[in-house]
Amino acid sequence: MAVIAFREALNQAMCEEMERDPNVFLMGEEVGQYQGAYKVSQGMLQKFGEKRVIDTPITEAGFAGLGIGAAMVGLRPIVEMMTWNFAILAFDQLFNNAAKIRYMSAGQFKVPLVVRGPSGAAHALASQHSQSLESMLAHVPGLIVIIPSTPADGKGLLKSAIRDDNPVMFMESEMMYGHKGEVPEEEYLIPIGVGDIKRKGEHVTIVAWSKMLHVSLAAADELMKEGIEAEVIDPRTIRPLDEDLIINSVKKTNRCVIVEEAWPFASVGAEIASRVHSKAFDYLDAPVERVNGADVPMPYATNLEKLALPSVPKVVAAVKKVLYR
Amino acid sequence: MTTAALKKDTKGTKALRWKEIGLSNAKVIDLYRQMLLIRRFEERSAQEYGKSKIGGFCHLYIGQEAVGVGAIAALREDDYIFSAYRDHGHAIARGMDPKGIMAELFGKFTGCSKGVGGSMHMFDLAKGFMGGYGIVGGHVPLASGTAFASKYLGKDSVTVCFFGEAAANQGVFHETLNLAALWKLPVVFICENNRFGMGTAVERSTAVWDIYQKASAYDMTRQWVDGMDVLEMYRVVKAAVDRAREKNEPTMLEARTYRFRGHSMSDPIHGHYRTKEEVEEQKKSDPLLTFGRELLEANVLSQSVIDEMELEIKKIVDGSVEFAEHSPEPPADVLFENVYV
Repeated sequence: MAVIAFREALNQAMCEEMERDPNVFLMGEEVGQYQGAYKVSQGMLQKFGEKRVIDTPITEAGFAGLGIGAAMVGLRPIVEMMTWNFAILAFDQLFNNAAKIRYMSAGQFKVPLVVRGPSGAAHALASQHSQSLESMLAHVPGLIVIIPSTPADGKGLLKSAIRDDNPVMFMESEMMYGHKGEVPEEEYLIPIGVGDIKRKGEHVTIVAWSKMLHVSLAAADELMKEGIEAEVIDPRTIRPLDEDLIINSVKKTNRCVIVEEAWPFASVGAEIASRVHSKAFDYLDAPVERVNGADVPMPYATNLEKLALPSVPKVVAAVKKVLYR
Repeated sequence: MTTAALKKDTKGTKALRWKEIGLSNAKVIDLYRQMLLIRRFEERSAQEYGKSKIGGFCHLYIGQEAVGVGAIAALREDDYIFSAYRDHGHAIARGMDPKGIMAELFGKFTGCSKGVGGSMHMFDLAKGFMGGYGIVGGHVPLASGTAFASKYLGKDSVTVCFFGEAAANQGVFHETLNLAALWKLPVVFICENNRFGMGTAVERSTAVWDIYQKASAYDMTRQWVDGMDVLEMYRVVKAAVDRAREKNEPTMLEARTYRFRGHSMSDPIHGHYRTKEEVEEQKKSDPLLTFGRELLEANVLSQSVIDEMELEIKKIVDGSVEFAEHSPEPPADVLFENVYV
């Protein structure tokens, strides 16, 4: 297996799919000449030309809507949002058009569209550039929401997303683009809606995704020193959610902690906690514990930002709480 | 405008306007018939709404028939049409079956969107009818998408997008015009300026009253057209569609028209925002009245032919209601169908 960076894995996924299917194209701000704001599309303009790697003006609602219309008549657009914060300008297009056209037309049309870009806090980007919005997207029936945490998952899931006939919201992370990991040399796909056990354990189930998966794995290392074996589950896809994987793990460990970067109110973690409580209630030895980003707009100052985000000590504390230790 | 319907040619004989734009007598009779069908269909929709057979929002096209009929007559079968929430007239003009449209209004399984879409969301893939959309201006960028796809795939299908003048105040309208002009997309934007965004007159909602001039910001070909004149609509849209097809050049048209009914069924015809006198004055340019008169004067239509047409259309409209009445509701499992592929 080759060891490559997350951005390279995503680049490979797009290039392979564009080589396979001439109806796949990439559009977004700075994806072409500039080689990608985060270099995810590096070299693609040179490889595929201006027809298929398209620089857009800063007009998120406009090019998201254009992508939806193009998808209605057979193209398979990949729309890159420079970040998901900017995609908020296009949420009307995603919520009211992409998610509903198939339903409203009674299945006459489909919208095979991928919207992708980084999500969540990076370093000191302050309030408007540090949001984790997966629960808003996952709230909407008709949308698929994928949020991978490793280069291999990213590649395999992005390829599946491009081949899927539904609108797929694909959430990456600025902080993870440089993360390196093993990626198979041969072609592979990872199915949408299938989670992954990233670390096996017996004493507690930790559910986490994207950057928080790595925080949770680091916390699991810490807990190991005290003899606590955490099972760390990465749902990889938020909608559809691999509920069985989570519930079965909780039935084994009897304890559950959910770690997410997003705000706590009406979050994906709240949804998972609700499902664990209702479907594994008799197996639980403690109420589900949630570790979230602070319920505030993200502050700029580095010390405050650190306080706002979930951390290894916070996860360790939550695990100890459900273990009554 | 239609008083100039019959103009003198150089030899002093009356020239028929439609001959000059390449339309046969049969074709203009068909345009008149389509407008009449829409009018009677919509009147019946209003009645059925009153009987609670139709629910929710129901926006009638009465008064604006010449816009949709003239514009859609200029299209090929493989062209694409996007509509907003006042979409019944466009659907009929596109040749969709009135039965399927009425059944959709009734929320029946035989509707063109199987009863799931309703009044504002008529769809017909086979007819290139890409849907009616209920968020003001929200569908405009979709039209740039199908136009983009035509160009990408090397097809010469053109996209036409209908929207109201109030939609031209939305940001996404401007974003789309910019993209269409920047990328030279084969799309024709048709703003149906019926003077009111719900109850707010155009003068109270936009700084530039000549809506078509908004396209000047994008250096896009633009003009206004008499939306009460079906032949003018055809002529101007045909030229725009040809430009789009041959040169990938987008156009912004403003069709000046008037809605004779309220914004939706819950809105009175006149009231706080316009007077009865204004509505009555506007009805003098009713496209059915003026075009009917023109065809009668040219002896292309006779009153007896119009009477026969009325009977034939009554049968169609009655048949559509009958069909809708006797169609089944969507079965319960439709609730969860087509959320995902």
